[in-house]
Amino acid sequence: MNSAADQATLPRTGPAGVTASQPHDVVLQVSGLAVDIRTHRGTVRAVNGVGFEARAGETLALLGESGCGKSMTAKALAGIMDPVCDLAEGTIVLNGTDLAALTPKERLKFAGPELGIVFQDALTALNPVYTVGTQLGEAFRIHRKLNAKQAKAEAIDLMRRVGIPEPESRVNSYPHQFSGGMRQRILIAMAVALNPRLLIADEPTTALDVTVQAQIMQLLRTLREEGQMAVILITHDLAVVAEEADSVAVMYAGNVVESGPVAEVFADPRHPYTKGLLESVPVNLERGDQLRSIPGSPPELHDIPSGCVYQSRCPLVQDICRAQRPALRPAGRRRADNAAADVDQATSATNDGGTAGRPVRTAACHFSEEITNA
Amino acid sequence: MTSPVTQGAAQEQPSSQPPTRNAPNARDGQPGLFRLLLKDRFASVAAFILLLVGLTALVGPALMGDLATKQNLLFANKAPFTMAHGWEYFLGSDSLGRSMLARLVVASRTTLSVALPAVAAALLIGSLWGVWAGYHRGWRENVSMRIADVIMSFPSLLLAVVVLYVFSPSAANIVLILALTRIPIYLRTARAESAELQSRTFVDAARTFGAKPNAIIGRHVIPVVLPTLLTLATLEFCYVMLAESSLSFLGIGIQPPDVSWGLMVSQGRQYLQTAWWLSIFPGVAIVITTIAANVLAAWLRIATDPAQRWRLALPRQRLIARIPVKEAQP
Amino acid sequence: MLTYLRKRIISSALPLVVVVVGVFALARMTGNPASLYLPLNATQQMRDDFTARNGLDQPLLVQMADYFGGVLRLDFGQSLRTGQDAAAMALRAFPATLQLAATTMVLAIILAVIVGCWAALKPNGIADRISSFISMAAASIPDFWLAIVGIWIFAITLGWVPTSGVTGASAWVLPIATLLLRPFGVLVQIVRGSMVSALSEPYIKLARSRGAGELRVVTHHALRNAAAPALTVAGDLTVGLVNGAVVVETIFGWPGIGKLMIDSILQRDFAVLQAAVLLTAVAIFALNILIDMGYALLDARVRPVTVKA
Repeated sequence: MNSAADQATLPRTGPAGVTASQPHDVVLQVSGLAVDIRTHRGTVRAVNGVGFEARAGETLALLGESGCGKSMTAKALAGIMDPVCDLAEGTIVLNGTDLAALTPKERLKFAGPELGIVFQDALTALNPVYTVGTQLGEAFRIHRKLNAKQAKAEAIDLMRRVGIPEPESRVNSYPHQFSGGMRQRILIAMAVALNPRLLIADEPTTALDVTVQAQIMQLLRTLREEGQMAVILITHDLAVVAEEADSVAVMYAGNVVESGPVAEVFADPRHPYTKGLLESVPVNLERGDQLRSIPGSPPELHDIPSGCVYQSRCPLVQDICRAQRPALRPAGRRRADNAAADVDQATSATNDGGTAGRPVRTAACHFSEEITNA
Repeated sequence: MTSPVTQGAAQEQPSSQPPTRNAPNARDGQPGLFRLLLKDRFASVAAFILLLVGLTALVGPALMGDLATKQNLLFANKAPFTMAHGWEYFLGSDSLGRSMLARLVVASRTTLSVALPAVAAALLIGSLWGVWAGYHRGWRENVSMRIADVIMSFPSLLLAVVVLYVFSPSAANIVLILALTRIPIYLRTARAESAELQSRTFVDAARTFGAKPNAIIGRHVIPVVLPTLLTLATLEFCYVMLAESSLSFLGIGIQPPDVSWGLMVSQGRQYLQTAWWLSIFPGVAIVITTIAANVLAAWLRIATDPAQRWRLALPRQRLIARIPVKEAQP
Repeated sequence: MLTYLRKRIISSALPLVVVVVGVFALARMTGNPASLYLPLNATQQMRDDFTARNGLDQPLLVQMADYFGGVLRLDFGQSLRTGQDAAAMALRAFPATLQLAATTMVLAIILAVIVGCWAALKPNGIADRISSFISMAAASIPDFWLAIVGIWIFAITLGWVPTSGVTGASAWVLPIATLLLRPFGVLVQIVRGSMVSALSEPYIKLARSRGAGELRVVTHHALRNAAAPALTVAGDLTVGLVNGAVVVETIFGWPGIGKLMIDSILQRDFAVLQAAVLLTAVAIFALNILIDMGYALLDARVRPVTVKA
């Protein structure tokens, strides 16, 4: 249990250490986001009332198991959901514009210059029949109306920026002619081509081996600092979150169950799910020791209980958990600062110029105060 | 025979609702399939039409007696859709006063007696060959696939034309040439499926028990491949029927005094201005039969696939015309 | 690219060789040409002369060598009907068929792409229904009957187009419409199917995330990927097109190679049939090579040379 928290408090290059200093501007504010999926068994809600905010130059991690709705959230933000999915409710305010209220056509103007996305599997995310130069240059051709030659020059520049050797000759190669790590770099280059304010990275390193993972995360960090981008990092890897993120939103069954600065959340989890996740990380184990895990599995999407989403696996479950779904409320040590503030007020207060300091700690649990952390 | 088969089919279905039965087992399978068929309006009608055509070909000619050949110049070129000249002339008559209805019924037997044996022969030879080639892989597979390529890369009609030039255009020769040109279709499909199956665990299991290749093919591979091949055969029935009609139409298929639907279209062609029904009706007969076979094939494809079968249980099913596109297997 | 091409040529040439040998074998099976070419009352002396003159008394291998030599020089002998050079007759008929087939194919591709893309974008929409209907029709309606119905309605009843011949543009309408049905029916389903799967690929999502609009996504990103499966059936389609051309040319009196073949069969003119069959086989062979090249141009992954990073 100790290691994750220890890691989080280790001195690092990233701006996570600036906890007390002047906060950055809020680039993206999501609130009440809900996504429905139409299936042949009826409509199910895959993302329910999700809210968070991302700040310039900082990384927000969306953490959760597969199927918890984190990728769906990312696709909803980027406006590239599957046809069977609908954005049911909520606002996605990016630099003062509510993307959720725009038509798909109007959104195209934001896709690229304002918002970029990096996918997990670079091989399928790159079009196999075009050279990487063509694909890298496309954003410039669409949004800056450059001609093919200028776009290619920009593509070479981009490839140099993300550290691809010999970009002048590699620009004419096809995706299948690159290694996995290089493909991921190209994908990142594509996302940052027009210097967007917000970069969404959907499990960018899951398909890569460990040494390459570190390089890719380093690249993302460098690009974030250069461009003062807000980064939303979607991952199920606790170590990556501890290493890279400034704040974290833990998702479970389509809901955010806990959020706050990474160091605080990992040191003092206020939701039993977060606690269970952190405890499942093997720390200083002797050979032969029992590995800890959370018993049970997340509920099926069409079968999410009406009370607390975590009730079936929670060790603290009570009657109230089955009867009533807990709202996301301020929690943790700094609770006193925001004592009277409901979460909506808290986030709206942080919205104007970031005067209210670091993002609040919130947790969606009836008994968040009773969780004991050793 | 049931357990490994059900196991194999069960592996193919990822997560859908558990079907009542997995394997295409002839004995207890029929009622389940039949009930599913009744649920689908289009497929039931198609099956009914095919049944009707089959019955007509079987007993129709006997009922018609000599009506199809009896000439009656008094009733030459009578227009259809009137009972004025008796029921036998309801669909009109040709220039020799022969009843169209009777001729259509007699022709149905010729048409089916070419199409069915051709499909059956191609299905039998092509499937066994393909399963064998796919199970053993290696040179057997390579040689078989090259042979299939050679046959497929040449227009079947031309092949038929050349062969029927050399040999006389008898019904038996037509069956032979049609079967020959369609063998590669089953060969390719059966090979692909069998090659995939032979690497499955349940085949490995049979191998470790010391089962002989032919026994494994017969017990474990063929039952799993069969539904796909039967669906394909239903579809191929259309193709072969159209091919026979084309040959007969061109004058190198069924020869007079025999009569098939394709030949009737050809014979009626010169009377198109005066007696349109002579050409149009036999064509309609062909189209109705082939559409019915197509609809049934589309339904069979879904009904015999455990992973897709739940679709048929849904109330609103629009099944018409999802023609399975024949995939060009390399 | 060149080694790839050479490999493809060799593998595609196999059917061609089989056809040549097959035609040779069939030529032997038709019996002694003397009985075909000489009058019924010819003397034994005349028969022997004929046999010797045509090298039929030579061993089979020599005959085969002679035959292949003749094939290479496009020497297929004379037509029994007209006495003309058989190869010349086949070559003269060829352009008419090529025009018909090429026009049909181009139209089929254009229509299939438009309707197929539209159907893929709007499942269960009008275009989807049209494509389903056409595919069903293509698999069910005999082309000769469709041609006859067309003649009955548009030529005889309405009088809009001539019943046969190649006079004027209107004469093209019915033959092409008849020939179009099958390739269009197959292609539209393939374009629709591969567009549906291409549109659900991650790279399409990524293109949208770059701000590519609907039109750009379809024309730039999905269509080129969807073209590859369509191209793989193009070979089969051409083979089918030859079948269709035989029927359509016979019905509409189109002076092409299909009509030539049927005519020579009905009049037992083997030299011409042989020339026409071989010419068709060569044309199909050449087209398959073109299709392979097109495939390699379309998709870099099938090109043999790859450089790993």
